[in-house]
Amino acid sequence: MDSLRVSMAVFKRELRSYFESPVAYVFIVAFLLLTGFLTFSVTQFYERGVADLQPFFFWHPWVYLLLIPAATMGLWAEERRSGTIELLLTMPVTMTQAIMGKFLAAWLFITLAIALTLPVVFTTGYLGDPDLGVAFSGYLGSALLAGACVAIGMLASSTTRSQVIAFVVSLIVCLVLLLAGWPPVTGFFVRWAPTWLVDAIAAFSLMPHFESMQRGVVDLADIGYYVSVIVFMLFATHLVINNRKSA
Amino acid sequence: MITTSNLHKHFGRIHAVRGVSFSVQKGEVLGFLGPNGAGKTTTMRMITGFLPPSSGTATVCGHDVSDAPVEAKRVIGYLPENAPLYGSMTVRDLLTFAAEIRGFRGKARAARVDAAIEKCRLGSVRNQSVATLSKGYRQRTCFAQAVLHDPPVLIMDEPTDGLDPNQKHVVRLMIREMAAEKAIIVSTHILEEVDAVCTRAIIISNGTVVANGTPDELRARSGSGRLDDVFRKLTLGEEDVTNG
Ligand SMILES: Nc1ncnc2c1ncn2[C@@H]1O[C@H](COP(=O)(O)OP(=O)(O)OP(=O)(O)O)[C@@H](O)[C@H]1O
Ligand SMILES: [Mg+2]
Repeated sequence: MDSLRVSMAVFKRELRSYFESPVAYVFIVAFLLLTGFLTFSVTQFYERGVADLQPFFFWHPWVYLLLIPAATMGLWAEERRSGTIELLLTMPVTMTQAIMGKFLAAWLFITLAIALTLPVVFTTGYLGDPDLGVAFSGYLGSALLAGACVAIGMLASSTTRSQVIAFVVSLIVCLVLLLAGWPPVTGFFVRWAPTWLVDAIAAFSLMPHFESMQRGVVDLADIGYYVSVIVFMLFATHLVINNRKSA
Repeated sequence: MITTSNLHKHFGRIHAVRGVSFSVQKGEVLGFLGPNGAGKTTTMRMITGFLPPSSGTATVCGHDVSDAPVEAKRVIGYLPENAPLYGSMTVRDLLTFAAEIRGFRGKARAARVDAAIEKCRLGSVRNQSVATLSKGYRQRTCFAQAVLHDPPVLIMDEPTDGLDPNQKHVVRLMIREMAAEKAIIVSTHILEEVDAVCTRAIIISNGTVVANGTPDELRARSGSGRLDDVFRKLTLGEEDVTNG
């Protein structure tokens, strides 16, 4: 109970820090404009004549690819740069509480931005008769995918005191994991890596799990996949910070 | 209440702290002296649980910092070097955050924050964001954060750094007032401060303790009876002393 409260204190501070600076507003506006533009102009949502959400969810991974590294790059890098990591970690906080608090704050922040796209669902509801179950599973998949990207971004942020490096590293890792199952990428590995490794890399891809949820298939295996990616990244963050606190 | 035994810290090939042992009792204010790079900050970081020692142990109020870090951190108030603070928060929010992490809720939390603001004379800047504070006010905000929960052990890394003469005086008074019921470690480069607040002083050079005693005992170790001379004698090599 007490341990939860400590996590909550870290969580609240982190979430507030998004809104105390212009970051949150710039981020949310960019998120909505980008999703809107890609969905309505690039995919020509209206012209398709089919009222479903596929073209909307299709773009989520690519919007996350750009924006989530920006939202997470400061999580630890800024603590390192400004030295507040020393303040935080000499308070009676365990590493797990600090990591969980920060992760949940960043994740909730992204989820908030996602929730602001709900009018898109109402638009399709107005135009036709979309399957609300599919909409729900699409949003669930999208939020889980975002959680995995946030966890990756946090790990990248924990390794450095430079937000630029954190941004670039998490963008590249997210890109690789999004594209991992895609033939041109597997093709690059096939040339020199053993088959089992290629298969393993493809199995790690963030994409297929989201694609099946976009179609309305909620499989526990997909949820389990995202949860394990998140847990793995948080665990790795723990190790990184424990090993290089003051560097 | 604070005991360190044979603390060592390696940073790669740098051996920053080489076997530091001492203890501080309740009612004592220990001055931590030494030239730049002597290992003062590193030692304090090991006692406060920020850095794990390469070997040796630090114990605070009976809690081993490595084995029971959270219990140890609960009884410590720490003012890190250069007073790092979250820039985007206001003074009030920052202290509220510290109080919340220290387990205060509701009315008790508000009371703690108000008391700390009062005590450190931060009333005029309570709603100003930390990033816009002058250095002295930042230092005091960080000091407020360290004493907010009235900890039995207080560790301060250069607490008067960057303060004007009046504020230096105020901080020294506050340390003296709190001294009776706490164990306090203060690092400083200002030798008058040792006489003003410390009951005992340690001089550390190149990661080892080279002197440990009351200010008067230390003074007796030099012919001139001045702390500056003792400090120079103990922390400079023979050659450096003759060359000035
Ligand atoms: N994170 C680190 N990585 C590598 N070396 C470090 C690190 N932190 C400290 N050191 C080295 O350890 C030694 C002791 O540093 P420390 O900061 O403890 O000195 P100090 O006594 O506090 O000095 P000052 O009076 O300048 O504050 C220095 O040589 C410093 O370069
Ligand atoms: Mg120092």
